[in-house]
Amino acid sequence: MSSTRRMFFRNSALAMVGVGSAPLWLKRALYAADAPSPRKKILVAIFQRGAADGLNIVVPHGEKAYYELRPTIAIPRPGAADGAVDLDGFFGLHPSLASLKPLFAQGRLAIVDAVGSPDPTRSHFDAQDYMESGTPGLKATDSGWMNRALPREQGKVSPVRAVALGAVLPRTLQGPEPAISLASIGAFQVKDAAAARQFEQMYVDSKDASLAATGRETFEAMAMLQSIQKQQYAPANGAEYPRGRFGDSLKQIAQLIKSDVGVEMAFADVPGWDHHVNEVGQRPSEGQLANLLRDYGQAIAAFWQDMGDRMNDVAMVTMSEFGRTAHENGNRGTDHGHANCMFVMGGGVKGGKVYGKWPGLEKEQLYEGRDLALTTDFRDVLGELVSRHMGNPTLDGVFPGYQPKYLGLV
Amino acid sequence: MRKRALIALSSAVFLAGTLAVSAYAGKRSAGEAREFFKEIPKDRRIQQALNRLTFGPRPGDAAQVRAMGLKKWIDRQLHPEQIAENPLLLEKLKQLDTLTMSSGELVRNYPTPQMVKQMVDGQAPFPNDPEKRVLIEKLVARYEKRIQAGGNAAALPPGAPDPEELRAMLTDQQIRSLRSGTPQRRLAAFQALPQDKQDDVIAAMPGVRQTLFPVAPPELRRKLEMGNGPAQVVARDLMEAKLLRAVYSNRQLEEVLTDFWYNHFNIFLDKGADRYLVTAYERDVIRPHVLGKFRDLLEATAKSPAMLFYLDNWQSVGPAPQPRGQANRQRRGLNENYGRELMELHTLGVDGGYTQKDVTEVARCFTGWTINQPQRGGEFTFNPRLHDNGQKVVLGVTIPAGGGIQDGEKVLDILAHHPATARFISRKLAQRFVADNPPASLVDRMAATFTRTDGDIRQVLKTMFDSKEFWSVAAYRSKMKSPLELVASAVRATDGDVDFAFPLTNQVAQLGEPLYRKIEPTGYSNSSKEWNNSAGLLARMNFALQLASNKMPGVKVETAQAAKPAGAEGIALGSPEFQKH
Repeated sequence: MSSTRRMFFRNSALAMVGVGSAPLWLKRALYAADAPSPRKKILVAIFQRGAADGLNIVVPHGEKAYYELRPTIAIPRPGAADGAVDLDGFFGLHPSLASLKPLFAQGRLAIVDAVGSPDPTRSHFDAQDYMESGTPGLKATDSGWMNRALPREQGKVSPVRAVALGAVLPRTLQGPEPAISLASIGAFQVKDAAAARQFEQMYVDSKDASLAATGRETFEAMAMLQSIQKQQYAPANGAEYPRGRFGDSLKQIAQLIKSDVGVEMAFADVPGWDHHVNEVGQRPSEGQLANLLRDYGQAIAAFWQDMGDRMNDVAMVTMSEFGRTAHENGNRGTDHGHANCMFVMGGGVKGGKVYGKWPGLEKEQLYEGRDLALTTDFRDVLGELVSRHMGNPTLDGVFPGYQPKYLGLV
Repeated sequence: MRKRALIALSSAVFLAGTLAVSAYAGKRSAGEAREFFKEIPKDRRIQQALNRLTFGPRPGDAAQVRAMGLKKWIDRQLHPEQIAENPLLLEKLKQLDTLTMSSGELVRNYPTPQMVKQMVDGQAPFPNDPEKRVLIEKLVARYEKRIQAGGNAAALPPGAPDPEELRAMLTDQQIRSLRSGTPQRRLAAFQALPQDKQDDVIAAMPGVRQTLFPVAPPELRRKLEMGNGPAQVVARDLMEAKLLRAVYSNRQLEEVLTDFWYNHFNIFLDKGADRYLVTAYERDVIRPHVLGKFRDLLEATAKSPAMLFYLDNWQSVGPAPQPRGQANRQRRGLNENYGRELMELHTLGVDGGYTQKDVTEVARCFTGWTINQPQRGGEFTFNPRLHDNGQKVVLGVTIPAGGGIQDGEKVLDILAHHPATARFISRKLAQRFVADNPPASLVDRMAATFTRTDGDIRQVLKTMFDSKEFWSVAAYRSKMKSPLELVASAVRATDGDVDFAFPLTNQVAQLGEPLYRKIEPTGYSNSSKEWNNSAGLLARMNFALQLASNKMPGVKVETAQAAKPAGAEGIALGSPEFQKH
């Protein structure tokens, strides 16, 4: 949708409360009073930037070739010291992800393997772009799939229905529907009320259409978040988020969801997965990948614990732009590859199972002779969540030109 | 001065208000395209030049350019060596002593905890400066105590001291006087302590360090900074210097270009040894070439320890003979990281027509390009024993076997002279200087200059500054400032006096652009879209209010107490108009 059309929609929504006559605070009050029903389905998406090494995250320990291709960085078989945490006799989790095993055992964590984008690029930038836009191979798409996947609503919607944690708005949430980026809930304010009113007027009246739109979204969201900014948030059920940006992000997403301010889409990312050198330390449970995974798994497990029953409304999905070479490179690392793994978690998820067809790791089974081949399109996973979890029936606009094949995850 | 600052600010805002500003969009309508051929009124040309060639106009800049003549001013900016540098800037930079050190000197004078440990164990030399040595020894003592207590060795600097430790160090009276009263009185109390106790306090009391810093004399400030961990000083100096130069340098275009090219050949400062390699990288590799030949700049980056480390090439090794005496060591081999990013990000661009096979072949060409002792700030070296000496084919060109170091140099030749590179670099420059979606007509002409002049960056810029498109309605005030541009331009517009710059660099980070800390080799986007989001806008508004009310530590701006309504400057700096340039 062009920005002009976007402006038209936003303006006509405002027209209902009387553009030009009603003071801004009144419009804000109307938005706040008309908060959407709290119990909407929620999708939380996690992006592992840098191309995470799926083969050392969901370890195919039943595959002989895996150990031949990775003589010094393979994760040992279950039972061995620092071995994989067995899932089903063939696959196992990296030992640093042991915190997620209970979720799998309870049937609430599903894993999809050999999944990813069919586009052959091994460029981080392009592959992230395609995965966030939801249109592999098409650079001209000017919005992200998460934005397009927001269910159409009659009347007013929550100004915080789509939220990204961090200082920038990721590609995947850009588009016609309002979406905000949030460094932290506490920081989402102008620290001087009188100045805030002046700024609001200036931005809303700005001749720059894109700044005006962002400005309006920002001040509407600010009004919505004011009530929860003063709360001292204490995670429930003894959940302990690990320190650091990702743990903080998930904690704040949990707070937003539990505050019933109308969040439907939330996004957080974790950088640092591009391990060309020394991916694995002296022992498999040490080193760069292990350290990242430990925090990653603990943050997700803490989120699960903190959310409690509310997980029934939530599906969380993880992705990374592509996988890494099946064979290790010359520096105990891996180079850019193809297919990867995705995690799907939630109260309504049919977990406890590794989904997707395993293509094998023998030379002739590898993509271009070097990478894990792709047997599931990432849009199959996301499409199913958008349609069957979020209840958005119109997938055409979300993944144009693609008909997702559901795996039965939810 | 105060009046002039206000006028500059209000005229910037006023000018913006009179023009409808074009929105960014993926596709361009015919009408929008025409706007690139519609010239802005003559009286706005100076504003446009200042917006794009500098980090924002200061009060009086426009008048100076007018007096000199716009053409001559641009020409001088293109020849920074002819511009006398601002003595105020040189004075401020002089205090940041890491900026002029070699990588080896940095490692020695501002060591990591691991390095300090080696010094203590006699495996590495201590700094020559006796004062630094004493302070480092104090830090070591605390560091080791923490390790004994089961702490994390990497977690330097240590936190607040326990009361027992403090009482062993100072009398109750001394502790009280350091922790109460005005900062000046605390400073006096601190300076009354014997030298040895002063060092103890610096090493052990982070709270005191923080309070004393704003009032401390320059030499003491350096020591206080050391207390946060010596290695941190290197990063802090880099960030402060970038901001100070953006605010104060008379060679503004050179600063804009240094930022541009660093970002093009981006390196993440916190990747291991790069902590000590980036200072020399920016100073000796990027800065001397920002207006020179692209081929020279490219080779300088290819042979820089900083890039070799960041993109892992220093460890990439050919298949055949492994180094002698390393039989029981890990067998090393090829690493594709640099080969790929060299083509995708540094030269051809992702659609520049290379294949996975080319990536592997280029990586083979660069095997043996490595670093002597990277952790000690070592130099580039070519190690023929690690080089893959077989024949390679890169982008259809055969590179015969046995070329040694020339293989990599040949690749740089091919890439620097490839038409895709001319277009990719030209488009990126136009995106930074002209508009988010620069018209193809302009990019083509810049690329033609690039090809004709053997990649002469100054000539390519000239083509751009001479173009109709640069002075067009579509370009004028069409871009949103990056966080660095916003912070620097706000300080410049208000004629701010920067005493210490790290609070300002923290602001740049909070606005979304941590300096020298973009993890990905892509660097930050040159497109405005990146910065237009709610978290960023709020941070910009809060920064504006804080700066204008003189609540930003380390910087004092000219404010008009009598301005009506109160806080008008804060509002102006946070306004939508000021976010654009």
